[in-house]
Amino acid sequence: MEFAELIKTPRVDGVVLHRPFMPTVEGTLCLTGHHLILSSRQDNTEELWLLHSNIDSIEKRFVGSLGTIIVKCKDLRVIQLDIPGMEECLNIASSIEALSTLDSVSLMYPFFYRPMFEVIEDGWNSFLPEDAFKDLESMTDEWRLSDVNKDFSVCPSYPPLVAVPKDIDDDTLRKAATFRHSGRFPVLSYYHKKNGMVMMRSGQPLTGTNGRRCKEDEKLINATLRPGKRGYIIDTRTINVAQQAKARGGGFESEANYPQWRRIHKALERSNVLQESLIKLVEACNDQSHSMDRWLSKLEASSWQTHVKEILTTACLAAQCIDREGASVLVHGTEGTDSTLQVTSLAQIILDPACRTIRGFQGLVEREWLQAGHPFQQRCAQSAYSNSKPRQESPVFLLFLDCVWQILRQFPCSFEFSESFLVLLFEHAYASQFGTFLGNSTAERTRLSLPEKTVSLWSWVNRPQELERLTNPLYEANSLVIWPSVAPQSLLLWEGVFLRWNRSSRCLDEAYEEMVHIIEYNKELQNKVNSLRRQLAQLETEDPLLQTP
Amino acid sequence: MFYTQLYSQEKHLSLLNKSTNGTLYLTATHLIFVESSSNNSTSILHHHIASVEKLSLTTTGCPLVIQCRNFRVVHFVVQRERDCHDIYSSLLRLLRPVSYEELYAFSYNPKQNDQQREEGWQLIDLGAEFERMGVPCDQWQLTDVNRDYKVCETYPRDLYVPITASKPIIVGSSKFRSKGRFPVLTYFYQEKKAAVCRCSQPLSGFSARCLEDESLLQAISKANHNSRFVYVMDTRPKLNALANRAAGKGYENEDNYSNIRFQFVGIENIHVMRTSLQKLLEVIGTRSLNMSDYLVGLESSGWLRHIKAVVDAAIFLTKAVTVEGASVLVHCSDGWDRTAQVCSLGALLMDPYYRTMKGFMVLIEKDWISFGHKFADRCDQLDGDPKEVSPIFTQFLECVWQLTEQFPQAFEFSEWFLLQIHEHVHSCQYGNFLGNNQRQREELQLRERTHSLWAFLMSEKQNYLNPFYSPAYSEVHPVLAPSTLPYNFKSVFWRNMYHQFDRSMHPRQSILKAILTLRDNSRNAESTLQALETLQLQLPPATSRLPHSGGTHKPQRSAAAGGGRGGGG
Repeated sequence: MEFAELIKTPRVDGVVLHRPFMPTVEGTLCLTGHHLILSSRQDNTEELWLLHSNIDSIEKRFVGSLGTIIVKCKDLRVIQLDIPGMEECLNIASSIEALSTLDSVSLMYPFFYRPMFEVIEDGWNSFLPEDAFKDLESMTDEWRLSDVNKDFSVCPSYPPLVAVPKDIDDDTLRKAATFRHSGRFPVLSYYHKKNGMVMMRSGQPLTGTNGRRCKEDEKLINATLRPGKRGYIIDTRTINVAQQAKARGGGFESEANYPQWRRIHKALERSNVLQESLIKLVEACNDQSHSMDRWLSKLEASSWQTHVKEILTTACLAAQCIDREGASVLVHGTEGTDSTLQVTSLAQIILDPACRTIRGFQGLVEREWLQAGHPFQQRCAQSAYSNSKPRQESPVFLLFLDCVWQILRQFPCSFEFSESFLVLLFEHAYASQFGTFLGNSTAERTRLSLPEKTVSLWSWVNRPQELERLTNPLYEANSLVIWPSVAPQSLLLWEGVFLRWNRSSRCLDEAYEEMVHIIEYNKELQNKVNSLRRQLAQLETEDPLLQTP
Repeated sequence: MFYTQLYSQEKHLSLLNKSTNGTLYLTATHLIFVESSSNNSTSILHHHIASVEKLSLTTTGCPLVIQCRNFRVVHFVVQRERDCHDIYSSLLRLLRPVSYEELYAFSYNPKQNDQQREEGWQLIDLGAEFERMGVPCDQWQLTDVNRDYKVCETYPRDLYVPITASKPIIVGSSKFRSKGRFPVLTYFYQEKKAAVCRCSQPLSGFSARCLEDESLLQAISKANHNSRFVYVMDTRPKLNALANRAAGKGYENEDNYSNIRFQFVGIENIHVMRTSLQKLLEVIGTRSLNMSDYLVGLESSGWLRHIKAVVDAAIFLTKAVTVEGASVLVHCSDGWDRTAQVCSLGALLMDPYYRTMKGFMVLIEKDWISFGHKFADRCDQLDGDPKEVSPIFTQFLECVWQLTEQFPQAFEFSEWFLLQIHEHVHSCQYGNFLGNNQRQREELQLRERTHSLWAFLMSEKQNYLNPFYSPAYSEVHPVLAPSTLPYNFKSVFWRNMYHQFDRSMHPRQSILKAILTLRDNSRNAESTLQALETLQLQLPPATSRLPHSGGTHKPQRSAAAGGGRGGGG
């Protein structure tokens, strides 16, 4: 098999592993097709198992015959391996380099991974569009599920089934698709039960320089408006960027052709800008020699927090249009696969309590990211340490998770999941044994037969022991719309991801455990009180002479 | 800042969203606003008001902006300009008391009898505190040299010095130190017999020396057999210390003191700190800032840099004492600002006792009140020199808060305790912080005429408990070793301090509150459970067939869940 050719030295003894805030481990380093393993062969020390696909870049250093490899991971961890012997070190380094940059998807670990747990529920079938539509049907009959894209020919990045206004037939959809970037015609993203308003998303309209129009497109989105009502189009680009897009065949909805819609332009940054921002931020977080001033100025220069603020602000705007203005909303940028999805998914976190449950959040990630065609494989191919020139890489999904964390931090009792679920999704989006985040669209995932050949992340997450680990002990269902503060004074750096490996979290972890204890003790007490009450009440009915207090 | 209240005098008008109409009352001690719709009232102590500003007349009335020392900002709109002017000038007069007797503490009466008041003052006993540390001992003794405040009028009467330091040495040394503040013991680390001493700068100029002062430092060094030298920490930036030499002051010359290791720490002076906090407040109080301006503003305020400098100094002190077992002498210029910060913060890191509620009161009483931090001047209690006002104590409280964030289980108290202390340092409602030093306080007969804050706080102990506190944690980690890497200073600014009254930028739900509620629930459930169990036991024997709900004895489970919750009670 090909892997053997790439592994020049499968095993080296006497390797020393350094990790921040952990004792060094000396042991044997083994390379397999998908893992870098370091084991001291002693029962009490933890082994290191590192997926090659988690490795973002490596650096080599030599002092005499002792080689050192610094491994920088996509989850932002940095570890150091001291390897005796120059040749061994060089061999290991080049093997890791080759194995961590495999081009072919089908060589990825998920295709080889066999679950060590019993799959109770196959995650590949947990969030099918038809099931989501059933929920919608129970609230409204104004929408239908169209299979116009069943062979992915109308829009390659859409799933086979999409929800569209009931009165719009498939022909109209096909024509509207030709008028939208990558065929991404407007589809339903969210239905606000409280007032029946909707949020849709699409790609930019292809108006071009001569102001092309498309009656079908107009008809499609107007069909979502109540008589006499206006809707809002949130364009995630500035008006200038949108104007410039015309020269390349893109554009925006003109007032003349869409008189019932008010267009609002926001300035959400695109892919390479965000990637640069991530690199700068991580660099700042990893430099321990900073003075306070330098740290703050580097944090500022990275612009990461600015992106968080802008995305959250735009999502709040969309949510406000729907909930406060009672208007329907269409969101798009250029392709409609990045900033658009940040906005539509965050707006749902704000508006819809169901999205704040563990399962609801999985559903949201499925609907608004995976099925909506966010190109995970392209975006998450490299992380903050990669030396190679970024192509399509961009931390769009990570920014979304960061924004969710900001809301979670402001409403610590309103989410069923804890921060660790968000961190887990970040890790698995970049490197995973599961097939969920492989491929760039449903079409690709179907072509790769991922549901047949790999295990879904949701199959693993939705087991009782895993769910327990991800549950927020403070959760109390909150049926309200939750409005976060987006003032810079209210937004924090997401320590759980960006400072995760740079500080000892022991004190905080212990305090968290103490909190869990307090909550569990309370539950236990309440249960005992209740059961004792029941017992006594039962006695009372058996023996009417007894009276409970 | 947030437009919390906006109102007219007995008029109905509303300018901004968050405004209410009502009536404004001015009493001898408070400014009270009663909302006409709900009869809710807000009262502001005159002493809390830092400034009143009358803005130019608008169509709706005359705006009055009041800034408070607890960082509250309120806007009033008074419909008639003449009324507004009357309020304005009355306030100006009221908030500039010229004598201590005008302060609220002298009229505040919480309906206690004299005995209760006296007991309140006895709650903190510094003599007992030094005994707790193990002083007097074979190396350190109590000296009566300052019995009549003759040697140093800003020090307390009771001072602890090395056994070998004779009176002439002490008196000689005091003449060589600014304001007579000669080196004395403030904390004794029993485990290594290492001492933390404090003083003011030496009057060394460019070349002056003082044999008595050198002897006193020698005596401090000799009192500790673990180390051959004493660290001398000058908490000022070197440049400031150098500049002081021209004025006949300065710092210790290592050549003259054979057994010292001299070290500058670089904490800025009161003027820099005052400006810095003003800038910080401006930045965090600005609405609709963009992220970039906010971060640039934070940086240029320098506030966090100063916080870090103070904590770094305390860490240096702690390491010298606990790791090296060396004694340390800390000073700045006069030895009552930076010195107080560093000594008290260092002790907090070294000694778990100071992380309890009582211990923290003792610490403030010792290093701040008794050693003469000039609360009256720094907090602007009387109409005085604005250049003397500086948020040194606030800064200390923030340093403590930063530590509570890093070590959530190490402190018995929550941030609300710190906030309450801050509130009353400025309220002048209790006698503790009035005046600049002990001598002045005795003259004012505060113990006879006012009440003690500490007794009040103790009576409300429940409100300030930290639910995560674990005495067991402090047993395992008696000495705290915080990280001062810039990113470890959490939350960027202390929201509950500087934005306490503007909730719009706060998290919408509080974990602390949720947990405190749960603990109350648990306490109630425990007693209900007990009542039910008693009832169950009283039932006729026939019912014994029912399964007993085993293991409901609360202490067991409570212990199993970690002793941390023991702090309550």
